Amino acid sequence: MTQSAAAAANVTPLKPTPQASATVVALPQPKKSLFDARTKTRALELAATVVPPIVTIAALLLLWEMLCSSPSSSLPAPSTVISDTWELIANPFYDNGGNDKGLGWQLYASLKRVALGYALAAVAGVALGALVGGSTWAMRGLDPVFQVLRTIPPLAWLPLSLAAFRDGEPSAIFVIFITAIWPVIINTAVGIRNIPQDYKNVAQVLRLNPIEYFTKIMLPAAAPYIFTGLRIGIGLSWLAIVAAEMLIGGVGIGFFIWDAWNSSRISDIILALIYVGAVGYVLDRLVALVAAAVTRGTAAS
Amino acid sequence: MSKPFLKIEHVDKSFSRGAMTNEVLKDVSLEVNEGEYISIIGHSGCGKSTLLNIVAGLTEATKGVVFLEGKVVDEPGPDRAVVFQNHSLLPWLTCYENVALAVDKVFGRSKTKAERHDWVMHKLKLVHMEHAKDRRPSEISGGMKQRIGIARALAMQPKVLLLDEPFGALDALTRTHLQDQVMQIQTELKNTVLMITHDVDEAVLLSDRIVMMTNGPSARIGEILDVNLPRPRKRLELVSDRNYIAARAAVLKFLYERHRFVEAA
Repeated sequence: MTQSAAAAANVTPLKPTPQASATVVALPQPKKSLFDARTKTRALELAATVVPPIVTIAALLLLWEMLCSSPSSSLPAPSTVISDTWELIANPFYDNGGNDKGLGWQLYASLKRVALGYALAAVAGVALGALVGGSTWAMRGLDPVFQVLRTIPPLAWLPLSLAAFRDGEPSAIFVIFITAIWPVIINTAVGIRNIPQDYKNVAQVLRLNPIEYFTKIMLPAAAPYIFTGLRIGIGLSWLAIVAAEMLIGGVGIGFFIWDAWNSSRISDIILALIYVGAVGYVLDRLVALVAAAVTRGTAAS
Repeated sequence: MSKPFLKIEHVDKSFSRGAMTNEVLKDVSLEVNEGEYISIIGHSGCGKSTLLNIVAGLTEATKGVVFLEGKVVDEPGPDRAVVFQNHSLLPWLTCYENVALAVDKVFGRSKTKAERHDWVMHKLKLVHMEHAKDRRPSEISGGMKQRIGIARALAMQPKVLLLDEPFGALDALTRTHLQDQVMQIQTELKNTVLMITHDVDEAVLLSDRIVMMTNGPSARIGEILDVNLPRPRKRLELVSDRNYIAARAAVLKFLYERHRFVEAA
């Protein structure tokens, strides 16, 4: 009612004939029902994405509970895991000194190593990838070396880096670095090799200098490729850190798992594995989100 | 007649791959006066794009020289802005940013930030695209992209505007519309323009002179036709204009006679 009255008030000064007020009334009605329909479909869509994984997880937990509930079972059932590890779940940030810290601190220590190693790998990887992608001679010289080095399993680097750094901490960071760098290099190089001639022509006509070319053409044009490499890299880093920490010891989720195994705390291992999986998932989503934000509109038209 | 503004002197171009040498252009010479609108027309593969790229500095001539205002052209530069056939806008920048990239590079030192902004907006207004300044190239139509491409080229305030089949990828209606706009801009700014085309009507409508190329390999300039039509030109009035019909017939005749001649040889 008020809307139609307002509309009528708006119309009158322009066309002082009284006919106008009659035509406006019908509009708000369908709009409201349309909105209702839209919220309904949105709720249905949400349910369609949320319900199937919940059902799957519930079914898996049930199966696990049934398989492991007998007293002779070698692995604990989910209910046992929760009751065994309740202290750890409830207090993620306790600190009793030494290695006896909550899971929050353990994950924090691992994440710190990954952050440092991965950041170094991202910077060096993009730089080396740009070199290999941009220069034919650099590619001929470096590519065979990269192709051999990248097949070396991450942990195989650990003894060598321990020998070089004589300390666990930088060695673990180096292992992350050397694990994550290869996909970044290779994808960046492919991305830069695939920059369309059109963009290069534009850069030439504008006489962009090498620095401007790098920041204004090369990086944005290769960004989708670079982020593919970065996303593979973060996944590999998280895979490698757990294994590396098992060997170097100290605070960190990897050694926590190894320590739990040595003291036969199987429930702790299971809880830690769930945390490792969740953190790995979050890391992957984070890089994907950054990629989506940065490469918005880069898809060629 | 003033002294030639742009001078192409005995330009040869051949591409070689191993022992195979493919001569594309043979002894091409052309003089263009300031403010002149020149079309280069020829069948596909006759090396007209190669000629444009040589003038742009994107391709190096095997032999011969290009002079612009008496200076040798040996590298690309904003004084010879190119409108590429496939628009070549950077997809990660908005329309405004695409033009601003050129303006900031060319006038970064000589204009203040506010002046540069006004300059970009003025060029966008010139091609009637100011409403889409914040949109990305993927969100606008082909004709709009090409208009942004033209705005970017004009924004560099080039001495010569090089158009590489600028309307080739557009539908007939959009093409007509853009041709009219380019004519209007040309009346206003009096640019020197070198345009590649394979559309006879477009060449006659827009040009002061039409350069007709023979077929490749070893293409050269076959004939140059003066188009004696007063400006401003109106598409509809020209349809029955005697000079227009004669010019059109001359170009068509050249293209089809020459075509047959080369195939027989």
